[in-house]
Amino acid sequence: MLARTADNLYWLARYMERADYLARIVNTTLRLAALPSANGGDRAEWESALSSAGGLERFKEMHDAITPDKVIDFLVYDANNPSSIVNCIENGRFNARAVRTALTAETWDSINMGWLELKKLEQSRAGVRSDPQILGQLLDLAMKLSLDVDGSCYRTMLRNDAYWFGRLGLYLERADNTARILDVKYNLLLPDTEVVGGSLDYFQWTAILRAVSALTSYNWIYRDSVKPWLIADLLILRQEMPRSLISCYDNIQRFLDSIGRAYGRQGAAQRHARNVLTRLENTSMDQVFATGLHEFITAFVDDNNRLGWEIAEQYLVN
Amino acid sequence: MTTANGPRDLYKRVARWLEETPTELLASRRSQAELMFRRMGITFAVYGDQESTERLIPFDIVPRILGQSEWARLEAGLVQRVKALNLFLADLYGKADILRAGVVPSDIIYRNPAFRPEMAGRAVPHGVYVQIAGIDIVRVDEKDFYVLEDNVRTPSGVSYMLENREAMMRLLPDLFAMHRVAPVESYPNELLACLRSVAPLGAGADPTIAVLTPGQFNSAYYEHSFLADKLGVELVEGRDLIVRDDVVYMRTTQGPKRVDVIYRRLDDDYLDPLAFRPDSMLGVAGLMSAYQAGNVTLANAVGTGVADDKAVYTYMPEIIRFYLGEESLLKNVPTWRCREPDSLKYVLEHLPELVVKEVNGSGGYGMLVGPHASKADIELFAGKLARDPNNFIAQPTLSLSSCPASFPTGVAPRHVDLRPFVLTGAHGSRVVPGGLTRVALKEGSLVVNSSQGGGTKDTWVIDDSNLG
Repeated sequence: MLARTADNLYWLARYMERADYLARIVNTTLRLAALPSANGGDRAEWESALSSAGGLERFKEMHDAITPDKVIDFLVYDANNPSSIVNCIENGRFNARAVRTALTAETWDSINMGWLELKKLEQSRAGVRSDPQILGQLLDLAMKLSLDVDGSCYRTMLRNDAYWFGRLGLYLERADNTARILDVKYNLLLPDTEVVGGSLDYFQWTAILRAVSALTSYNWIYRDSVKPWLIADLLILRQEMPRSLISCYDNIQRFLDSIGRAYGRQGAAQRHARNVLTRLENTSMDQVFATGLHEFITAFVDDNNRLGWEIAEQYLVN
Repeated sequence: MTTANGPRDLYKRVARWLEETPTELLASRRSQAELMFRRMGITFAVYGDQESTERLIPFDIVPRILGQSEWARLEAGLVQRVKALNLFLADLYGKADILRAGVVPSDIIYRNPAFRPEMAGRAVPHGVYVQIAGIDIVRVDEKDFYVLEDNVRTPSGVSYMLENREAMMRLLPDLFAMHRVAPVESYPNELLACLRSVAPLGAGADPTIAVLTPGQFNSAYYEHSFLADKLGVELVEGRDLIVRDDVVYMRTTQGPKRVDVIYRRLDDDYLDPLAFRPDSMLGVAGLMSAYQAGNVTLANAVGTGVADDKAVYTYMPEIIRFYLGEESLLKNVPTWRCREPDSLKYVLEHLPELVVKEVNGSGGYGMLVGPHASKADIELFAGKLARDPNNFIAQPTLSLSSCPASFPTGVAPRHVDLRPFVLTGAHGSRVVPGGLTRVALKEGSLVVNSSQGGGTKDTWVIDDSNLG
């Protein structure tokens, strides 16, 4: 397979996953910002949304003040933000179009239809950026599109390297997203956080779960009221939670192994992924809290980025 | 095609079907067709169009019909023509007998920018220069086919031939059931066989083939990816290829892989920044030297553009006679070569009734359609002609044949042309029975180019031995 084709498939999946995550971040922030606030309110929520999306620095370069409208515009529509939802969908389709021959008709159809719908929405918006109804439709579209593309890949693609490179992109991006939201909100999740029953904290915690579509899963797994340390456990070490770090790496290692077997050669990427997974498997939440949640997450983000580079070097830029 | 008496026999059943089918149903089929093309992403780009980078070519649901017997005549003419074109190119880059015999003036060859001195004295596998030709055909009466233009560089449009058929079979199965339509679906198969047959000698039994595209921003990108898909080969861009020791490789996830045949949809100028335009970002450094070393086959060959020039076109009857000793089966549209003083004088005096074309222009750009041009345009063109007569030819405005087309307001005749595709490999030429029919959708218009408001139709070659 062409190295560029693998690269396009990998990035198609990453952009789709990112669009979904961004849509969830904006959705949950809209919810939080609607609550009566004690500390900083709106502004703090939207700043945290920017951090979770990894766009705070770029935003500050472009704008003086953080206002809800400006942040929404930046995260959703802005053509100058390479990771705005609209750009994720555009880039996703661009990558898909570059490798149409490697996609099934169904996968192409799902991404192309989503893109056409996006064009229609953008047209009906016609410059009125803050129209809440269109915003809602667009966020729904981003989440549904991501689901459609993912599902059509899963249902229709041959299980060969084309499929595996797409999956790698998806899980690498997903691991990055989960780690990022943990990193932004880690101070809310420490075990010594006082459970004062304040409703704000409760909403903050559930917002984290919502952002990674894990609220219902939480209830099913713990059958307990929302406790911050359990949230950390769910998102880091729970195998059955499809967005947990460990589940992402379980998949990453599996797909890297498939590629290695098919090509008859293992490399730095395989070794590194296995190391990360083994470390996750051999750790407990107590240990994580003992070494420091923040430090743990920061190290994970670095590891995840390094794997991205290793995959690129080993396969994508040949 | 209609005559004063009504639809020709070939269209009888279609005409009846059009009459019997309720207008709402026709309308819904039309919009279904558009939706289908849009969903599949069958689009083309119009250069310089800021509003939309991707547009649909309008598709008309009424097929264009040719009878088996007239197709057989056309096919023989096409094969003859492409055979002569290949011999002509081999000669031009070989001993140039035809120039020495004075049949074609040598300055129109050697002063033509499409002539590639790099190719002189080099043989190509099986002497095939033009593996894929698209010959534009028009009719002015029921009897004769006229060649409007030979396209032997990187002719496009074949994906529409295939996708239009696909769309028609899905949307109008009832209409198909009434006719016996010759299939076109074998085209990719035949193209693959053709490309395999011209692989370099050293390539072995299973040559690696790739389609080379300029990339997503090219107007025909959809077609490139469509063909690569149907051929089951990689679609590569220049940056995917590397040349080492005069051998071409593509970059794969498992390291470099050798490439033997490149179906390139990139013009000569952009192929290799070392040999041609140094600013080309689309090509492959060293490709030309690998090609000259005989380690890779390019289809079509480099330098074929010299043969589809509009100035050379006027000599095609003589070229066919020179190499094959036969009269051309397809007619040339009578053409004034403005390079000849008498012709120039005539053309300047009759501009309002002529079509004037730039010798090297394509796609309907840089041409004057006299009867539809404003006074100012005509004067502008007269100036251009006087300054550089060698660069122009002129033709009468043909009363192009027309064919019924379906509109929201009903069925109406529109002018059409036809581009069949001729494949030539080691074992001769083949023409799939059909082609791309382009239709000028604007009433009275003669310009069928998609960049200027033309549309397409499915082209049927039907068994006409028993029409009722």
